[in-house]
Amino acid sequence: MKSITWNASALLAGALILPACGGTPAGDDAGSGAGSASETSDIVRHDTDPYPSTYQPAASGTTLIRGATIFDGLGNRIENGDVLVENGLISAIGSGLEAPEGATIVDAAGRYVTPGIIDVHSHLGVYPSPGVSSHSDGNEATQPVTAEVWAEHSVWPQDPGFEAALAGGVTTLHVLPGSANLFGGRGITLRNVPARTVQEMKFPDAPYTLKMACGENPARVYGNRGRSPATDMGNMAGYRAAWQQASDYRDRWHDYWEAAEAGEDVSAPTRDLELDTLMGVLEGDILVHMHCYRSDQMAQILDMAEEFDYQVSTFHHAVESYKIPDLLAEAGACSAVWADWGGFKMEAYDSVRENLPMLHANGACAMIHSDDALNIQRLNQEIAKALGDGRRAGLDISEAEAWTWVSSNPARSLGIEDQTGSLQAGLRADIVLWSANPFSVYTRADNVWIDGALAYDREDESLQPVRDFMLGQPGEGAQ
Amino acid sequence: MKHAISAFALSLVLAAPALAQSYAVTNGRVVTNTAAGIIENGTVIIRDGSIVDVGENAVIPAGAEVIDAEGGWITPGIFAPVTQLGLVEVALEAPSRDTDADESEYSVALSVSDSFNPNGTHIDATRIEGVTRAAIYPATGINIFAGRGALISTSGEFDSLFEEDSFVLADLTEDGADTAGGSRSAAWAFLEAAVMDARWYPGRYAATHDGDALGRYDAGAFVPVVRGEIPLVISVDRAADIRRALRFQRENAPIRVILHGAAEGWMVADEIAEANVPVLYDPIRNLPGSFDRIGSTLEGAAILHEAGVSFAYTTQSADGYFNVRLITQHAGNAVAHGVPWDAAFRAITLTPAEIYGVDARYGALSAGYAADVVVWDGDPLEVMSGATFVMIDGEPVDMTSRQTRLRDRYINITEEDAYGYRD
Repeated sequence: MKSITWNASALLAGALILPACGGTPAGDDAGSGAGSASETSDIVRHDTDPYPSTYQPAASGTTLIRGATIFDGLGNRIENGDVLVENGLISAIGSGLEAPEGATIVDAAGRYVTPGIIDVHSHLGVYPSPGVSSHSDGNEATQPVTAEVWAEHSVWPQDPGFEAALAGGVTTLHVLPGSANLFGGRGITLRNVPARTVQEMKFPDAPYTLKMACGENPARVYGNRGRSPATDMGNMAGYRAAWQQASDYRDRWHDYWEAAEAGEDVSAPTRDLELDTLMGVLEGDILVHMHCYRSDQMAQILDMAEEFDYQVSTFHHAVESYKIPDLLAEAGACSAVWADWGGFKMEAYDSVRENLPMLHANGACAMIHSDDALNIQRLNQEIAKALGDGRRAGLDISEAEAWTWVSSNPARSLGIEDQTGSLQAGLRADIVLWSANPFSVYTRADNVWIDGALAYDREDESLQPVRDFMLGQPGEGAQ
Repeated sequence: MKHAISAFALSLVLAAPALAQSYAVTNGRVVTNTAAGIIENGTVIIRDGSIVDVGENAVIPAGAEVIDAEGGWITPGIFAPVTQLGLVEVALEAPSRDTDADESEYSVALSVSDSFNPNGTHIDATRIEGVTRAAIYPATGINIFAGRGALISTSGEFDSLFEEDSFVLADLTEDGADTAGGSRSAAWAFLEAAVMDARWYPGRYAATHDGDALGRYDAGAFVPVVRGEIPLVISVDRAADIRRALRFQRENAPIRVILHGAAEGWMVADEIAEANVPVLYDPIRNLPGSFDRIGSTLEGAAILHEAGVSFAYTTQSADGYFNVRLITQHAGNAVAHGVPWDAAFRAITLTPAEIYGVDARYGALSAGYAADVVVWDGDPLEVMSGATFVMIDGEPVDMTSRQTRLRDRYINITEEDAYGYRD
C-alpha cells in the first residue's frame, strides 16, 4: 500500500505480444468452419470462429470533409484536402472534391484530418476501470502455457476507458491478455463502439492473435511459486516444448484429414484447445504478438520462430529494439513501443526516447502502443514526443510519416490493413478531425467517425458515449 | 552529477570557471513568472550562481559567457513537486528502491534524505529535459505515514539535497484505509491519535516507548507537523475525504495541510480555495481507476483554477522517478482542457516553490533568484519541444544522460557496421 505509486496497472498488465508487420494474412484457409466438410460430411473439422462478430456499423450518410490538412496514414500529407465518405467507406480523397446530392459538408479549414488511431496494445476491458479485484481479468496466471484462453472472454464492454480512448481518436484497438504467462492466450481486435456484448465490438474478419511473453514476468510469476519457468532459459524451454507439441498436433490433424478424405476409416485426434491456438500460428492464421524488452531475447525468439517455422508479427514494448533494427527488418518483425517509458524493471532499463524514430530511420517496422488506459487517450502526443526527440537526434522524419506509427503500421501488424489504418478509397471510413495539428499538445479530437458514422463530437454530448457503469456516478459524462 | 570519468572531467571544466564567471542567456522569449510577465526578446544575466538582471535591455557584462537561445524560450527551471528522484533506480528491484520500508519499525521518522542518491541515472535524464528542482517523497510502509520528504536540485552533486525533512506524508486514500486496518474511519483515527501523541510528546513517553498511534521516535519526528513548522501532505482523492482533510486542518491549528491526489477536488474546489489549502494534482489522471476517484475528469484542472485553488502539477499517473520529465506534457494537457498557459506553467515552477516555502529563491527569473535557467527550442509545454540548454545554480549542465549515451551508440547502425558500438 504505497501512497505514492507509479503506474501499477502498467507494471502488472504490461505484457504484450507483437505480430510481425509483414505477417501472414489471416486466412480464409482450410479447416475453417464446422460442418464445412464437403462430400465426406462426417470428417471432423472444428469451427474456428465459434464466437463470431456481430458488429454492425452505425447508420451513416454521405459526408464530405473539406479543406483540411490531411495525413493519410501512409506517409503522405495533403494540403487543403477533402475526404468523401459514402456508405461507411472512404470513396474519394483529394482536393476540390464535388459534394454529392444530400451530402453533409464539414468545413475543416484550418483543421487536420487523419485515419483513426489504432492501438495495437491495450488492456481495456480486461483490466478495466475501476480496477477492483473482480475486474482483474487479464492474466490467467495459473500455469505458464494458457494458449487456450481468449481475451475476448474477459472483455467487459462497460469499461469507461473505451469512451475516453474514443475522445482521443482511437477507432480500433487490440486487447491482449497480460504477460504473466509464456503463452498468455488469444488477443482480440475491437471496434471502439459502445456495445452490450464484446461480439458487437469484434472487428469483422480480423485475424486472431496470440500473446506471448519473454523475460522477467513469466520467470518471476512461476519462479516465485517454485516451478518452471524460473529463468530465461526456462522460458525458452517452455516455449519450445509447447511448439513441439503443437507441431505434432498439427501433423496428427493433417494425417487424419488426408486419410479421411481418402476414404479410410480413421478417428479424429482428440481436440486440445490450447494446441488449437498454437496450431493456428503454425498454419499462419493466428498472428504472434510477443512481449519482449531486451534485444538479445528478441534475437533468441527469432531463432525459435525459424526452428518451428512460424512468423513473429510484432514484439511489444521492445525497449531495446533500437539495438537490432537489422535483425528485426530481416525477420519482418515489427516493434510496438512506448515513446519514453522505462526503468520500472531491469529489462526496461535501457529505454531511450528515440527508440521509435531510430527503428523507423533504420528500416525496421515500428509503431506506438499504449498498454495503458491513460496513454491510449493521447497516442498522437506520444508519437509527437518520439518525433521531436528523433529530430533533435538528427533523424529527418516528417509528421505524415510519423502518423504511420498510429495507423497503417498497427493495421499491418494486426492484419487489417486492407480494411482500415489509412485514408484510401474503399477502406472503412475511420476518420478523426482534429482541432489543429495533432502533433501539438493543445490539439483535441473534434470529431471521430467509425465506418462513416459520427461516433464522437466534442461539442455534442449526445455523441459522447457514457458506459453503463458511469450512470448516476459523480462525474458522469465528464471526460 | 556525472558518472563516467570523461563526463566528470567535463564537469570540472564547466564548474571551475563558473565560480567567477558571469553568463548571459539571451535572444529568447523570457518567461519570468514575475510582474514582468513574458519578455518577448529578453536576456537573463547570471553571476555567482544567481540571477542578477532580467530584461529586454539587460546589459551583458564584459567577459560574460553568452548563451544564444536562438529565438527559443528562456524559462525558470521546472520544479517537480512530487517525485522519487534519487530513491529508485529500477523499481522492481527492491534493493535499488528506497521509497518504502514495510518491515521497518518506524514510519514518520523515516527521512528520504538518508536514502537519496544523487548519482542515480534518472536524475541526469530528468535534468536534461529542464527539471531543475524537485520534492522527493517516501511511500507508506507499516502505517499511513510514509515519512519525511526533502527538496533537491537535479544537479547530481552530493550537496544537491538542499532542504531535508520538509514535510511529512500521510496516506488517507483507500490504500491508507487498508493499511490502517480496513476503513477510512480507522485511518483518520490513527491520524488523530498520532496528533495527540506528538502534542503530548515527550511527556507521554516518560515511562513507555508506546503512544496511542506512534512510538516515541516517530512521535518526536511528528512534532514539527503539529506545531505547524512543516506541512502535512495528505494523499486523498474522494471528495468526501478531501472535506474530512479540510476539517482536520480547521480543528488542528496550527497544522498546515497540503492535498496530494485530489482527483475529485473539482467537486469541492470552492471549499479547498476557501481553506487556502494547496493541491498537488495530476491534470491527466481522469479515469475512475477505483471507487476512491470515480469522479476523476480532465475538466478538473480548469475547475480548480477557476475556483482560485493553489495547485502544482504532478506526474502521479506516470511515475515519480523515470518520467518526471513528462511533467511539461501533463501541464500542456491542462492547457488543452481549459487552464490558462501562464497558470499551468506556474504550476510546475513557482507554485511548487511556494507550496514548499522556497519561492523567494526558486521558480522565477528575477534578480536574487537561483540561476536555474532552461532554454527550450519551443513552447516548453509542447510535446515536440525540448530543452537545449540547462543551468542549475549558475552552472551549465552536461546535456547527456545514460539514455543519450545508449542512443548515440546505436543510432548509426549500418549493414557494414552493425557493431558500430564497439568503436
